Amino acid sequence: MINFVIRRIGIAIPTLLILIAISFFLMHAAPGGPFNSERGVPPEVLANLNAKYGLDQPLIVQLWNYIWDIITKFDFGPSMVFKTRTVNDIIAQGFPVTFTYGTWSFVVAVVVGVSLGVAAAVNHNSWLDYIAVGISIGAQVLPNFVLAPILVLIFTLGLHWLPGGGWNGGHWPYPVMPIIALSTSFMASIARITRSSMLEVLHSNFIRTARAKGLPKNTVIWKHAFKPSLLPVISYLAPAFVGMITGSVVVDVYFSTGGMGQLFVASATSRDYSTMMGITILYGVLTIVFNMLADILYAWIDPKIRL
Amino acid sequence: MAIADQKVQEFSERLVTAEEIKGRSLWQDASRRFFRNKAAFASLIVLTLVVLFTFVGPYFAVWSNEEIDWSVLGQVPTKGVPSFESGHFFGTDDLGRDLYSRVIQGTQISLLVGIIGAGIAVLVGTFYGAVAGYFGGRIDSAMMRTVDILLAIPYMFILILLLMVFGRSVLMLFVGIGLVSWLGMARIVRGQTLSIKNKEFVEAALVTGVHPFTIIFRHIVPNLLGVVAVYATLLVPEMILTESFISFLGLGVQEPNTSWGALISQGASTIQYGTLWQLLFPLFFFVISLFSFYFIGDGLRDALDPKDR
Amino acid sequence: MSLLEVRNLFVDFSTPDGTVHAVTDVSFSIAKGETLAIVGESGSGKSQIVFAAMGLLADNGKARGEVLFEGRNLLALKQAQLNNVRANDIAMIFQDPMTSLNPYMRVSEQMTEVLVLHKGMSKSAAHAESVRMLEAVKIPDARSVIRRYPHECSGGMRQRIMIAMSLLCRPKLLIADEPTTALDVTVQAQIMHLLSEIQQEFGTAIILITHDLGVVAGSCENTLVLYGGRILEYGPTRDLFASPAQPYTKGLLSALPRLDEDGEELHTIPGNPPNMMLDIKGCPFAPRCTYRVAECAETMPPLVNFEGGRLRACHVAIEDLK
Repeated sequence: MINFVIRRIGIAIPTLLILIAISFFLMHAAPGGPFNSERGVPPEVLANLNAKYGLDQPLIVQLWNYIWDIITKFDFGPSMVFKTRTVNDIIAQGFPVTFTYGTWSFVVAVVVGVSLGVAAAVNHNSWLDYIAVGISIGAQVLPNFVLAPILVLIFTLGLHWLPGGGWNGGHWPYPVMPIIALSTSFMASIARITRSSMLEVLHSNFIRTARAKGLPKNTVIWKHAFKPSLLPVISYLAPAFVGMITGSVVVDVYFSTGGMGQLFVASATSRDYSTMMGITILYGVLTIVFNMLADILYAWIDPKIRL
Repeated sequence: MAIADQKVQEFSERLVTAEEIKGRSLWQDASRRFFRNKAAFASLIVLTLVVLFTFVGPYFAVWSNEEIDWSVLGQVPTKGVPSFESGHFFGTDDLGRDLYSRVIQGTQISLLVGIIGAGIAVLVGTFYGAVAGYFGGRIDSAMMRTVDILLAIPYMFILILLLMVFGRSVLMLFVGIGLVSWLGMARIVRGQTLSIKNKEFVEAALVTGVHPFTIIFRHIVPNLLGVVAVYATLLVPEMILTESFISFLGLGVQEPNTSWGALISQGASTIQYGTLWQLLFPLFFFVISLFSFYFIGDGLRDALDPKDR
Repeated sequence: MSLLEVRNLFVDFSTPDGTVHAVTDVSFSIAKGETLAIVGESGSGKSQIVFAAMGLLADNGKARGEVLFEGRNLLALKQAQLNNVRANDIAMIFQDPMTSLNPYMRVSEQMTEVLVLHKGMSKSAAHAESVRMLEAVKIPDARSVIRRYPHECSGGMRQRIMIAMSLLCRPKLLIADEPTTALDVTVQAQIMHLLSEIQQEFGTAIILITHDLGVVAGSCENTLVLYGGRILEYGPTRDLFASPAQPYTKGLLSALPRLDEDGEELHTIPGNPPNMMLDIKGCPFAPRCTYRVAECAETMPPLVNFEGGRLRACHVAIEDLK
C-alpha cells in the first residue's frame, strides 16, 4: 500500500511540473511583454518594471524562480494588471466562494447520484428506474451553462423563489442555485454509472451465491453488491472533479458569485497572465492531488489491487 | 522451406479473408440492429435534417448574419419578435441582427468543431493507441504514462490560456480541442489492440514477416473500427460542449461568427427582458443535436455489441 | 417420504426473440441421503431445474409446477420463508469457483454470515465453526486461509471453501451444479472424493448436475438423463450404464473416452441440440436419433416404468436398441 502511494506521488510531481512549465511558456509566448500595453512608458521605467518582476533574467531562471516561489512560499507573484495586488490576494478573495459551493455540489452529486443509481438498479424496470434513466439522459444535454439560465427563468423570473445571482457571503438561499446548476449533470452521470454497475454486479455469480445462502435482499445489496458497484463510480470521481472545477467557471460567471471562475475570466479578458497562470496551477494542483486520492481510495476498496 | 512459407502465407490470407467475410456480416448484422433501434434511427433522421437545414436554410434567409436591422434596434422586445413579415423567422438578437441567419451560422460552426475535433481524435488517437498497444512493453508504458499525465491537467484552463495567447480564432479552437480530444480515444484503442494482437490472424501475418506498421494498418485498425466509430460519435457532442462552454464565457469564436454556446450565452443574458426566443431557438438546435448524437452513439454501441442486447 | 419431490416442473424464459422452454414437464424425487445425478449437455435445462427450486431463476424466467421439500412447495413460498430454506435445508455450490465467491470480502466474513444469520451464532463462535468446517474439507492451515480474499486462493481451494460454506448449516440436501467443470482433472477427482465422503459422513442427500458421465459413474446411486428440457431416462446408475434404454443415453455412453477398449476415434453424437424456442411436438432427440421411427417426430413418448424402478421415454422397443 505504501509503495503504491509513493509510486502515485511519483507520477503526480512530474505532472505538476509539466503543467507549470506549459502555462509558463505559454505566457511568455504571448505577443509582446506584459507591460507593452502601457504606451508612453519611458524606457528606463519599463526596465525598472521588468527588473521588479524579474523579467530581465533568462527564461529558464524565471521559470525556476517562479516554481521555487510557489513551492516554498505558495506565492504566485504579483498580478500584472492590478498593480497593487498579488495573485495570492486575488485567489484568497475568490477561492472560499468556489470552494464552498463546489464542495457542496460534489457531495450532493455523489450522495444523490449513488442513491438514485442504487434505487434504480434494485427496482430494475420499475417507474423509479425509468425516471432515473430519463433524468440521466436529459442531464447529458443540459450542461450547466444551459441549466443555469433555465433555473433562473423558473425560480427567479417565474416563481420568485431564489435570487438570480450574487453570493451574499454564502448565506441562504444564495448558494442554492449555484449548487443545483453545478451538481446536476454530474449527479446524473454518477446515477447512470452506479445503476449500470449495480445491475452488472447483481447479475454476477457471487451475488447468486449470496442469495443461495438465504441472505435477505438488503444484506445482499448493501453488504455484497454495494462495494463492488462503487468501483466504477470512484474511477469517475476524478474526471467529475475536473469537470466540476471547469463547470464552476460558468456558474461563477453566470451567477456573479465573485468566485474563482469569475476572476479567471476577468483576468483572461484583461490579459492578466500571471493571475490566469496562478489559478490554472492552483486548480492543477487540486486536480492532481484529487486524482491521487481517488486512485488510493480505489486501491483501498479493491483488494485485488493491493500490490 | 519455400513451400512451407507459401503455405503459411496462404493460410494467413485465408484467415484474413475469413475474417473479412465475418467482418462484413458483422457490419450487416449491426446495421440491421441499428435500424431496428427506434431512438437511434429517429436521431439519425433528426440530425440529417439539422445538417440539411444548415445547407438549405441560408437560401431562405432575408437578412444576413451581420446586418443590423436598424428599425428594430432599441425596441427588440417588441419589434424583434419572430415573424414572417419582418423576415426575422427566429426574431433578432439584442443588437437587431437576424437570429435565423445567426443560428444557421452558429450551427455550422458548432457541428464543424464537433466533427473536426472528433476527427482529429480518431486519426491521432487510433494511431497512437494502436502503436502503443501493438508494441507493448516500455514503449507502451511510456506512451500511456504521457496520456495519463496529460489527462490529469485541467485542460479547459490551458485551452483558454492558449486562446488568449495566440488569439481567438476558429483555427486556434480546432487546434486546442484537437490537442486534448485524442487522449481518451488513445486509451480505448490501446486496450482493444492488446486483445486483438493475440488473435490468430495477426500472429499468422507476423510469422510471414509482414512489417509491423502494415499489420497495424491492414489487420488491427480495421478490426478497431467498431469501437472507434462508437466512441467518435460520442466524442462529437463532447467537443461541441467544450466549444460551447468556451464560447459561453465569451472566450471562443469572435463576432460576427458565432456558435451555439455564444448564442445561448447571449440569449441567457437577456431573459429578464422577455426576449425568450433568443435563448430558445439556439437551445432547441443544441439540445436536439446533442440528444441525436448520444442516441446514435448508444445505438451504434448496442448494434456492434450483440452481447449487450 | 422423499426429501425433495419435483412434480410437473416447467421453466420458461421470455426473451425479445420469443419464449425459451428450458424445462418441460419434469418430475422426479430424491430420498434422504440419496445421491442423484442429473446429466445432460449444456442447454438441456439441468441447471434451471435446481435454480427454479431455489428461487434463483433469472428475472425473465418463470417456473410452473411443484417442488416439494419435505412436503412444502418451494415455488409457493414467500421470499423470507425461502431464505430460511436456503443454506439451512438446501445448500448449493456452483460451477465456477473463481466467480462464485465475493471477491471483495474475506472468506471469514462470507462464511460466518451464514451461521450468524441461520443459527444465530455469535461472530466468534461462527468463526470457530467455519474454521472447523474448512478443516473438514481438508484445507491445510485453515486458520490463515479464512483470513484471505478469494483471489488469494487457488481454484480447487475456492471450490473447497464453497463446499465448506454450503455445509455450515448441515443442510439435508446439497445441490452441486457442475462443481468440477472449471477445475483441473486431478483437482476434479479430489473434489468428487470429498463430496462422497461428505455424503457418508453427514448423510447429506446430493444432487449432482453434470455433463460428464465419467464423474457420475463412481459417485451417484441414481441418474437422470435430460435432453431438450425433458427427462429421457432415469434409473440406478449401475443399470443405466450397463444397459442404456434410450438412444440418447446410449450415445452419451459411447461418447465416453475409454481406456479399456482399443479404438482410434472418439464417438460423437452427430447434429446439434434442439432450438429451445420452438414448441417441439415429438421427442426432442428425434432429429439426431439413429433409431427414430415416424412416430418420434409426432408425439413425445411417455416416461414409462420398466425392469422395476427404471424409467425411459422412447418409442423404440428396448430389444431394438441393442
